[in-house]
Amino acid sequence: MYPRSFDYVAAGSIEEAVGVLASNPGAKVMSGGMSLIPMMKLRLLSPETVVDIGRIGGLDTIEDKGDYISIGALVRHGAVASSALIGEHAKALQQAASWTGDPQVRNRGTLCGALAHADLAADTPAAALALGATMVAQGPGGTREIAAADFFVDSLMSALSPDEILVEARIPKRGGGSAYDKLGRRGGHSDYAVAGVAAWVSVSDGVVADCSIGITGVGTKPTLAVGSMEAMTGQGANGITAAADRALEGVTVLEDLYGSEAYKSHLAKVYTRRALEQAFAAAG
Amino acid sequence: MTATMSQVGGIVRRKEDPALIQGRGVYVDDIKLNGELTVAFVRSPFARARIISIDTSAALAIPGVRAVYTIDDVRSLGPLLAQIPIGKLRPLLADGVVNHVGEAVAMVVAEDRYQAEDGAEAVVVEYDQLPASVGLKFSATDEVKIHDDLDSNILHTWVSHDWWPGVFELEDHRPAIAAAKERDDVVIVSQEMVNQRLIPVAIEPRAVLADWSHGYDRVTLYTSSQIPHAVAGAIAKTFGLPVNGVHVIAPEVGGGFGCKLNVYPDEVLVCFASHKLEAPVRWTETRREAGYSTIQGRGWIGTATITGTRDGEILGYELDALADMGAYSQNFTVAIPVLGLYVASGQYNIPLAWSVKCVATNTQTTDAYRGAGRPEAAYYLERAIDMFATEIGMHPGDVRKKNFFKKEDFPATVPIGLTMDSGDYVTNLDKLLESSDYAGLKAMQEQARSEGRYVGVGLSTYVEVCGFGPSILAEFGFGWDGYGLPSSFSGSGLVRINPDGSATVFIGTGPSGQGHETTWAQIVSDRLGIAMEMIRVAHGDTTDSPMGIGTFGSRSAAVDGAATYEAAEKVRSKASELVAHMLEASAEDVRFADGGAHIVGTPGHKVTWAEIAEVAYKPHKGPEGMEAGLEAHAVFSPGNATWPFGSHIAVVEVDVETGNVDILRYLAMDDCGNVISPMIVDGQIHGGIAQGIGQALFEEAVYDENGNLLSGSLVDYPLPTASDLPMFELDRTVTPTDVNPLGVKGIGEAGTIGSAQTLVNAVVDALAPLGVKHIDMPLRPKKVWQAIQDAQEA
Ligand SMILES: Cc1cc2nc3c(=O)[nH]c(=O)nc-3n(C[C@H](O)[C@H](O)[C@H](O)COP(=O)(O)OP(=O)(O)OC[C@H]3O[C@@H](n4cnc5c(N)ncnc54)[C@H](O)[C@@H]3O)c2cc1C
Repeated sequence: MYPRSFDYVAAGSIEEAVGVLASNPGAKVMSGGMSLIPMMKLRLLSPETVVDIGRIGGLDTIEDKGDYISIGALVRHGAVASSALIGEHAKALQQAASWTGDPQVRNRGTLCGALAHADLAADTPAAALALGATMVAQGPGGTREIAAADFFVDSLMSALSPDEILVEARIPKRGGGSAYDKLGRRGGHSDYAVAGVAAWVSVSDGVVADCSIGITGVGTKPTLAVGSMEAMTGQGANGITAAADRALEGVTVLEDLYGSEAYKSHLAKVYTRRALEQAFAAAG
Repeated sequence: MTATMSQVGGIVRRKEDPALIQGRGVYVDDIKLNGELTVAFVRSPFARARIISIDTSAALAIPGVRAVYTIDDVRSLGPLLAQIPIGKLRPLLADGVVNHVGEAVAMVVAEDRYQAEDGAEAVVVEYDQLPASVGLKFSATDEVKIHDDLDSNILHTWVSHDWWPGVFELEDHRPAIAAAKERDDVVIVSQEMVNQRLIPVAIEPRAVLADWSHGYDRVTLYTSSQIPHAVAGAIAKTFGLPVNGVHVIAPEVGGGFGCKLNVYPDEVLVCFASHKLEAPVRWTETRREAGYSTIQGRGWIGTATITGTRDGEILGYELDALADMGAYSQNFTVAIPVLGLYVASGQYNIPLAWSVKCVATNTQTTDAYRGAGRPEAAYYLERAIDMFATEIGMHPGDVRKKNFFKKEDFPATVPIGLTMDSGDYVTNLDKLLESSDYAGLKAMQEQARSEGRYVGVGLSTYVEVCGFGPSILAEFGFGWDGYGLPSSFSGSGLVRINPDGSATVFIGTGPSGQGHETTWAQIVSDRLGIAMEMIRVAHGDTTDSPMGIGTFGSRSAAVDGAATYEAAEKVRSKASELVAHMLEASAEDVRFADGGAHIVGTPGHKVTWAEIAEVAYKPHKGPEGMEAGLEAHAVFSPGNATWPFGSHIAVVEVDVETGNVDILRYLAMDDCGNVISPMIVDGQIHGGIAQGIGQALFEEAVYDENGNLLSGSLVDYPLPTASDLPMFELDRTVTPTDVNPLGVKGIGEAGTIGSAQTLVNAVVDALAPLGVKHIDMPLRPKKVWQAIQDAQEA
């Protein structure tokens, strides 16, 4: 649990940090350090340079931008969990953040760091998917937007290129209702998700006009449950169970210490149903 | 300064907490010496392999690396000392073969830990991998025999009727049980159950720092240990020094739970390196390597069988089990099941046939972990009794009461020959059944069931044995002879009244968070009327503490506490004469209270402790011929162990769709006799229950078939946290023991011994309508869900 030797740069601005990343392919950006540091200590990851963006001012704000909520790169899980704005428009994200780790982790770890880290069992990616978040990445050539649906590429791999920094997550204010539900590794909502599902639905006349569902924990990466989304659209509450049964379309389920393939497949359906039920109730 | 007068039984704040909770306590890693070097170990990636070569040249070329040692450098110092030399003793570094993943193969000493780790990475070890023997049932077949020089992987078999041949002449209950099984009016329940392996995870990992002084031919060893004197003995024996040539200091110790009740290779190796390199040498365990460098606990698989009548009379209890010893035997390894054997038949007056085979496997060594054998014993027995109660349709409390030793049966001798001095199990259980409104809980369960919810109520009782005595029992292998410190369960205490009237209490225990400074201060304050703030309790330094065997087996208060009580009595008696002289009264009339002494009936007629001390230290002012000074030492040798007991109830709700278990309530009714410090006793029970629930629901050291530890990091070894646990509802009965003058019985392990099976009983009770009869721990949701699927299919 002692990292190999590395250089450390405390960046004064995002531009500076991007510059270091661009000129040094062995560099890694650090925000809260909650995942990066343990991986370095276990020597699973040995960057030549760590670029700390944690001291850059002005990146820790949650702002109402009219049709979306802007969440800066240094906004911690704890701030997401206690934000009334996010609670009102993005309940699923608030729940996912509040069930991430323990208070210490929530006070250090950042939402953007967790999204960029793209752990296959992390909570907030499911909510980002369901809520249709947009990721704003800044690289040497400026910024670009990446849809959440395109962001989670594989286990511990996002769509960011090595010289890009996730500077902001945008959560559209799409109305409707959302919810996140999970089974944690220590049972209940504690710890990484054995299975976690976030659902967002907009309802009109008692039927779902639009919906999206993000699943985490069970497969190789946080994924949209496209089968369930398709099945749910146009259905009322009584269509939820059938829609949930299609939760695994497009998901490759992995067995681990916390569950067999059969069990985790079952959980994906159960939590898809539960998240949909809660989102539906919230939308109504 | 406030003056807190505390009597035994008074609720006081812990004296140690201000330093600890402000992060100002001093642990081994906080102690810095000039010119320190630090160690990292090269560890085996294989569970079993022959070592072909070790190339240290690249490591030695790394800047800052000062030395790399292998077994060739230290063979003459090993193997590691142990009390019970059954099995293969651990070499100080791997000797030609490795026998578990993570076994230390070479030791790199460098100027800082980063260099040492880089050095360890640069050591090239060539291995020839051999088939490993992992998994108790497989290892017991001897298909892969681990050690060439042993006959079998089965190192020893403990049987209840002949566990100490030649010392105990015991009745063999097996024929009677076999006969009972033939009767046609009996019910037999039998179940194979796993009591899984656990990793102790003390919050402070182990840490050692050795400073060999060539000028004085003496070594000082700072170590995070529960047994400072025993470490001194072992290091002295290893290096051929007199024990006074080794100065062991255990400063604050951040949890032990038995895992710091061993002398480890690293403790020897840092002394060796410090001697060689003429510099202080440190090693601090990382959390990750703790899975390889510190002992683990439990790891049993066994079949428990109860034979009894339909009206609840138990005619026999049998356990046939395998216990995992790991690759090497350390301090108590093979003896741990014996501690379970002592309480194998629990608080029941029933025939017993127990057989536990100790099996070597290619995994880390097992040894004492909170409860050490007794939680395993209680688990099998109390699960089996619950199954028996279910089978015959009897109230689980009634079955237990029917078979308990009754109050009038004490002293009661159990089948393995030990005698329990006291107990009142029926009263304790009845009090819990009543205070929990057990009938109401069962009614609530019925109501929940009618709503499609799966609520369960689990009950377990337990008896524990701790604070061991009589001294002859130590000859079994619990006497530290292996560490060159012949002893026999005695405890000691020294109470010194300083010339200013403050008191310093020196004890030979090795606390690791239990609150000895508070508890001992209460004992002394109670006897002498000295304010808690004026009493300092010193421990953990072998040059200034009286001889003591350490803190383990829930022994400290009942043994060293009793010794301190007796030392305080001696001081009190001498001080009474001083006061009688000062106040011109008779010694019998002297009373101690409120920071001084007065004469009974004339409270105004008084002296302070400072005044008494002055007279004590100035012989010309004291009674003619009295020895100057005011301190006393006492040694207490218990004539028997203490036998605490209790009853626990858990109420759970299971989400049958996911297998998730939610603990709704947890109630405990423990009996540790008289209570010195209620808050500390409750704290011990809280921690104990948390660890029992940890075993029941979360924790498991998982090895794959190649011997890789899959759960070596805390990411994959979930520990219970406060947020996972309900408020514990604690109460107690008080059945004092007369084994010691305080009437106290140990409480450090009781919570753990009582709780794991309480949880499992509750979950099985919840799922009874679905046909679930047993689920092996840990009851992770996946297993609960699977058990439901299996029961539904059956
Ligand atoms: C004890 C513990 C418990 C935890 N429990 C949970 C849990 O229950 N659920 C859960 O979901 N997570 C859990 N986590 C993970 C935690 O949420 C993440 O570690 C954390 O949110 C990552 O954010 P960070 O700011 O600390 O990222 P860092 O550790 O700083 O970085 C993580 C990775 O992302 C990259 N990175 C960071 N920020 C950016 C950025 N702005 N742009 C581009 N790349 C970036 C880094 O280079 C690194 O590769 C737990 C972690 C710990 C230590």
